[in-house]
This record gives sequence, C-alpha cells and structure tokens, in this order.
Amino acid sequence: MTSLTATKRSTRGAPRADGGRRAVDRGAWFLVLPALIPILVLSVGPLLYGILLAFTDAQSGRTRSTQWIGGLNFQDLLHDTLFWESFRIGLVWAVGVTVPQFLLGLGLALLLNQDLRLRWLARALAIIPWAMPEVVVGVMWRLVYNPDAGVLNETLRDLGLGDGRDWLAGLSTALPAVIVVGVWAGMPQTTVALLAGLQNTPRELHEAAAMDGAGAWRRFLTVTWPALRPVALSITALNFIWNFNSFALVYVLTSGGPGGRTRLPMLFAYEEAFRYGQFGYAAAMGCVMVAVISVLLAVFLVGRLRGGDEA
Amino acid sequence: MRTSTTGRVGQYVALLAYLVFLAFPFLWLISIAFKSPRELGSLHPTWIPRDPTLDNFRQAFDEQPLLRAAGNSLLAALGAAVIAVLIATPLAYVMARRRTLLARAATGWVVVSQAFPLVLVIIPLFLVLKNLRLINSLFGLVLVYVVWALPFALWMLVGYVRAVPEELEEAAAVDGAGRLRTLVSVTAPLLAPGIVATALFAFITAWNEFFFALVLLKTPEKQTLPVVLTHFIGAEGVADLGPLAAAAFLATLPSLVVFALIQRRITSGMLAGAVKS
Repeated sequence: MTSLTATKRSTRGAPRADGGRRAVDRGAWFLVLPALIPILVLSVGPLLYGILLAFTDAQSGRTRSTQWIGGLNFQDLLHDTLFWESFRIGLVWAVGVTVPQFLLGLGLALLLNQDLRLRWLARALAIIPWAMPEVVVGVMWRLVYNPDAGVLNETLRDLGLGDGRDWLAGLSTALPAVIVVGVWAGMPQTTVALLAGLQNTPRELHEAAAMDGAGAWRRFLTVTWPALRPVALSITALNFIWNFNSFALVYVLTSGGPGGRTRLPMLFAYEEAFRYGQFGYAAAMGCVMVAVISVLLAVFLVGRLRGGDEA
Repeated sequence: MRTSTTGRVGQYVALLAYLVFLAFPFLWLISIAFKSPRELGSLHPTWIPRDPTLDNFRQAFDEQPLLRAAGNSLLAALGAAVIAVLIATPLAYVMARRRTLLARAATGWVVVSQAFPLVLVIIPLFLVLKNLRLINSLFGLVLVYVVWALPFALWMLVGYVRAVPEELEEAAAVDGAGRLRTLVSVTAPLLAPGIVATALFAFITAWNEFFFALVLLKTPEKQTLPVVLTHFIGAEGVADLGPLAAAAFLATLPSLVVFALIQRRITSGMLAGAVKS
C-alpha cells in the first residue's frame, strides 16, 4: 500500500519543481480563502472605499445623499493651514521619536550584547513599556508629569532646578514631553530587535577582526553593521510609520493640546471625522498621509535593495 | 574581548541610566495607586506611600464599570486571537512554502498594511458596520481586530513555518502520507509553539487596542478597558489620580504576564519576518 502511493507520488513529482507544485497550488486555494475573504472584505475593501470617500462630501448623520465632488476636498486641504501645521507636527514627532529610538536602542543593544551583570534586569524591565496598553502608558506619564503630584517636578525641586512646571500644558514643552513618552514606549522593541540581530552575527568574525588589530569602532563598521543593516532598516522604517500614524498615546496625554501643539495628523483626522462628522474630508487627509508615507517607504525600499547588492 | 576598566564603568553607568528610565514611571504609577487621598494632596510627594491603602482600587471599581469592561476586553481579545490564528496559519503555510502570485500578493499586503493610517480604514468600516448594525457590538469589534491582527500574525507564522525543514514533509510524503495528513501529523505539532505564541500576541494586541474601540463602541456597557480608563480623566483633563492609577495598574497586569511568557518567541518571530520578507 505504501509503495503504491509512493510510486504514484514519485512519478507525478519526478521533476519535482513543476509537477509537485501544481498539485499544491490547487490545494492552496482552500488554505488561503479563510484569510483572504476577511482581508478583502474588512481591509482592502474599506481601504479602497476610503479612497473613494475622499472624493465625496460624505458626512455623518445627514439625510441628503452623498455627492461626488472630485478633488474639492484636496483643494480645501491644500489651503487648510491647520492641517499642514498638524502634518508638520506629525513629522517632527515621528522623527523626534524614531531617531532616539534607533540611536539609544542601538547603543543599548550593543551594551546588552556584552557580559554585564544587570543584563537580565534590563531584559525583564524592557517588557513593561512593550506590553503596556498605550492608554496606560499615557495615563502613567500624566502622573509623572503632573504639576503637583508628579515625580518629575518633585525631583527637579529636590535638585534645586526651579519650581517645576505643567509640562504637558506648556506651549513649548508639550511636544518634547510627549516625544519623551514616545521614545520610552518604543525603545524596548527596537532594542530587542537590534539585539536579536546582533546575536545573529557570527562571533568568529568579531574575533578574527580583533586579532587583525581592528579597534571597536572599526569592528562595528566592518563586521557588526553590515550584518545588522537589514534588521536596522526594517525596524526603523516600521517605527517611523507607526510613529507618524500613532494616536492613543498623545490622545491620552494631551488630546492634541495645548493650542494644537501636539495635534498629530491622526488626531486631527479623528476629530474631523468623528467629532465634526466630515467623513469625506477626513478620508482625504488619510490619503495625503498614505501618499507621503508611500514615498518615504519607496525611498527606504530602494535603499534596502541597494544595500542588498553591496552585501 | 577585553574592555578597559573605564569602559566597564561607563557601560554600567549607561545600563543603570536605562534601568532607571525604564522603571521610574511604572514605579510611580504603583506608588500613586497605593497612596491615600491625603497623601496625594501633599505638596511634596514621596516614592513610598506612608500608609498604603487599597481605597483607590475600591473607588476605581465604584466609579467605573471596570469588571464589565475587563470582561468585554477579554471577550474581544480571545475572539480575535482564536479566529486570527485559525485563518492565518493555513495562509502563512502557503506563503512560506510556495512562491505563487497569491503568496507574493499576501506578503505585499502584510507590508503595505503597516503603512496606512487607521483613519482611512475606520471611516468606511464605520459606515459598513453601521449598515450591518454592528456598531456598538463586540462582534463587530472582533471582526475588525481579526483583520488588524492578521499582518503581524502572518509575519510571525511565516517565520515559524520556514523554521520547519521542508525535507520532513517530503519524507512523510514519500512514506505515503497525503498532503493533509502530512500537515496535521508532521507540520502542525512542530508549529504548535509558534501558533500559541502568535495567538497570545494577537490577544495582547487586541487587549491593548484603543482607536477602533473608541470609535466603534458607544455605550459604557460595551466599552473595553482602555476606553473606560479614559473616563477617569475628566473632560477638562482633571483626573482623580488615585483611582486612575489603580485602574491603569490593573488593566496592564494581564498583558504583562502574557507578554513575559512569550517575549522570546515574539522576538524571534519578529526577526525572522524582518530579515526574510
């Protein structure tokens, strides 16, 4: 019995690459459909519908039917200084969070890759920001920044560094204050990803380079970085996108205040859609955000492909 | 390799700074959660509560329907995790093993789906779910969470499938096992730990999610824990600090525990996806 099926298989799959593959592909539909249908209906479909909505005057709770208005929303957006201000804030926030996340994360990953005594504690603590709901992270830092009962002001007072202030309410301090929280929340994930990447670099290479008399910096440039590069680029690109599109953290910390100084594009679009009911206009905002991110992502992918050629 | 003594000292200083930065907000949250109202009102707050109390926890449960919210969160997160893994595993298998057009399209979607801002998806979803009368329904939220958890679940699972040597399957096939039998009796057991890790990760993701829940759930009876937490912060941003801290502390415990259990697997899954996709 066994031999019969085996022969059947082996004859059908003799040039394995082709025959066996076709058999699998026919079966593949049955494996793929359970995920494909929800993806199409609840993700790809809404995305396309959302892009369509950007060209309409769709509003919530209105009886009159929705009209196609062409590029009018985009024209309005072009002149919406508040939106561009929020877009600028979004970029400042995304860069301001992503760059320290990467630099500090890389430093820490290199550090944790050494034989240090408290390494286990760092790994254990790193779980806290990573696993915490963003809402809780926001709540927690509100308690830290609290002008009266907060630990930050009390520490500053103890150190004799002034009387403290309301960090999240200050026009000039609010954005830096939320950026610090963003870095805190995302750093462990970056660190752990880079650390995992480091541990995939062969140790022998390091040792060989050290024997050849290469200093730490040279070893980093010639051995560590080339191996780490794919992971570093992926995590940085993803971090940038996630940060630019983030919502919950800043919603809880400042709700976009004071005076719109921390109003990220997502907060702006959320208010436009679900407070003022301007679905079409908010969808247009989303389109602009996607377009800009796509360009950045394309630049990143080209860079990554080039890096692959070099390696 | 040898490191100079100053280098070592510098390393430990940097590590300690990192540990303090990581730990201090969380320790502060715990400190506030156990402080009495009188101590919270004092002008010079201390790290360690002088007379620790559970009053804040009691008051938190009195003020907001925390238990019901936790139940809602649990339901949404469990539903999302189970369904997401059930439908993602077969697709991930195909994506990992065959370079068909479909598999490549799915991989592309995983990458692209990370880039679009949620607002562009939530507006049409809101309209569609409204027509289906699934606004303010946990079932509607579960549907959204499933699709939302899929990209990362696929990303992780593809990595796990690739870690199973294809030769094992071929060996089973040569021994006469059919395709389905090979999958069930050879591949699935080897994948099981990865599948569990992926499910737990999807669970945490849904447990922590805020934006979709905020938009889709209207009445307090239906809302999940993260949404109910924001009710402790008043309209003007004035908050009752003690109960707020207590509730926030409770809301974070389940994900901390689950995450601690699977952290290593998430890391390896993440890395596999990052390097190979």
